[in-house]
Amino acid sequence: MTDVRYLAPSTLDEAISAFVAAGSAARILAGGTDLLVQMRSGAVRPGVIIDIKKIAEMTSIQETSDGQFRIGAAVPGAVLAEHARFGRVWPGVLEAINLIGSTQVQGRASAGGNLCNGSPAGDSVPALVAAGATVMLQGPNGAREMPVEKVPAGPGRTTLLPGEIVVSFMLPPRPRGSGDAYLRMIPRTEMDIAVVGVGVSLTLQDGVCTAARIGLGAVAPTVLLVEAAAKALIGSRLEAKALEAAASACSAACRPIDDKRGTIAYRTKIAGVLLQRTARIAAKRAEGN
Amino acid sequence: MAKLHVSTTINGEPAEFLCEPTDTMLDALRGPLGLTGSKEGCASGDCGACSIMLDDRLVCSCLMLAAEAQGHELQTIEGMALGDKLHPLQQKFLETAALQCGICTSGMLVASDALLRKNPRPTEEEIRFWLAGNLCRCTGYDKIVRAVQETASEMAEAAQ
Repeated sequence: MTDVRYLAPSTLDEAISAFVAAGSAARILAGGTDLLVQMRSGAVRPGVIIDIKKIAEMTSIQETSDGQFRIGAAVPGAVLAEHARFGRVWPGVLEAINLIGSTQVQGRASAGGNLCNGSPAGDSVPALVAAGATVMLQGPNGAREMPVEKVPAGPGRTTLLPGEIVVSFMLPPRPRGSGDAYLRMIPRTEMDIAVVGVGVSLTLQDGVCTAARIGLGAVAPTVLLVEAAAKALIGSRLEAKALEAAASACSAACRPIDDKRGTIAYRTKIAGVLLQRTARIAAKRAEGN
Repeated sequence: MAKLHVSTTINGEPAEFLCEPTDTMLDALRGPLGLTGSKEGCASGDCGACSIMLDDRLVCSCLMLAAEAQGHELQTIEGMALGDKLHPLQQKFLETAALQCGICTSGMLVASDALLRKNPRPTEEEIRFWLAGNLCRCTGYDKIVRAVQETASEMAEAAQ
């Protein structure tokens, strides 16, 4: 306890220098809703805590003139919900982020933290994968961009290199007729961890699905991009047969655990059920755009 | 290792305190600052008994490092009443017995106040969703929800 250091740098360069210098002893502090719980339980004992919320690009939201969104990795869910445009363009991503924890947790918890925590059940991750979002990383060797689905490496682990920080998420411009949605199954009605989470983003032109991406959470060691499910939807009019094929593809992609929240059989079946429901919501939103 | 010196604003007044780098804001409130109205229930962000406002946003003080308060503005339950005059939510909780053991009460009040500032006329469902992160183990939720609703109507009438 005695030699822990708390740093709150105001630039990315300072944060990365400190992160590199401290090595594996350092932890990045965004909203703290996972880190402080892990510290309290003794699961994590950081030597250096690097609070990145004083770095402007980590906490800002921008919409570019070509319709891309850049979301700082430490932007809390409640702040994103108050953005005038984001929830209209990406309602599925927003509803996924806003499902994380309580009102109090929303005041602090961020999509960047949710991703870097590495939980297979993180709610924002399937929706961001479906959205085709990328992360902008900054590390000792410079900046690079990576699809969100490439970040998780397993429960509690990421593919980030030593000293790398997730700075922001980039969400691509939205073609007309696009919609997204996220649904999760939990045993309670609120404040629980997903048994299955499904994010769907799709584009409809004259009723035909021309593009789709499916993110599937809590049914494998990492959140999955289910390309076979997307293929089943693309070219269809989202008729029952296409939705059933996509549902089967989701169930086939599952490699879940058995635990108190859900058995392997249950999670595998629900993945398909939720895919159909989520796709219908995304399609309805797409029709309105 | 020297303690960290933190300068912040609590309930509108400048405040300074010393803390360890791993102390939570709740530790600082209940320890050096002597503000014991915020309660420790779970210490893991599940129960909401330690709810405070950080720059006008509702947070759990057990999920915030004390060092993070530097340069920010906090509001705690101790700042809710205006001198001797209770806040309408506090008055209503008393009148309608919207509490039993009282451990959750300060968190409930701070969270309810945050709701009414954002949404002065919430529906019952909106109140229940907003307060989903505030646990009452005496299971007195119905009285709490009704007290918030009644306060909202009275405050709206008084404002007209």
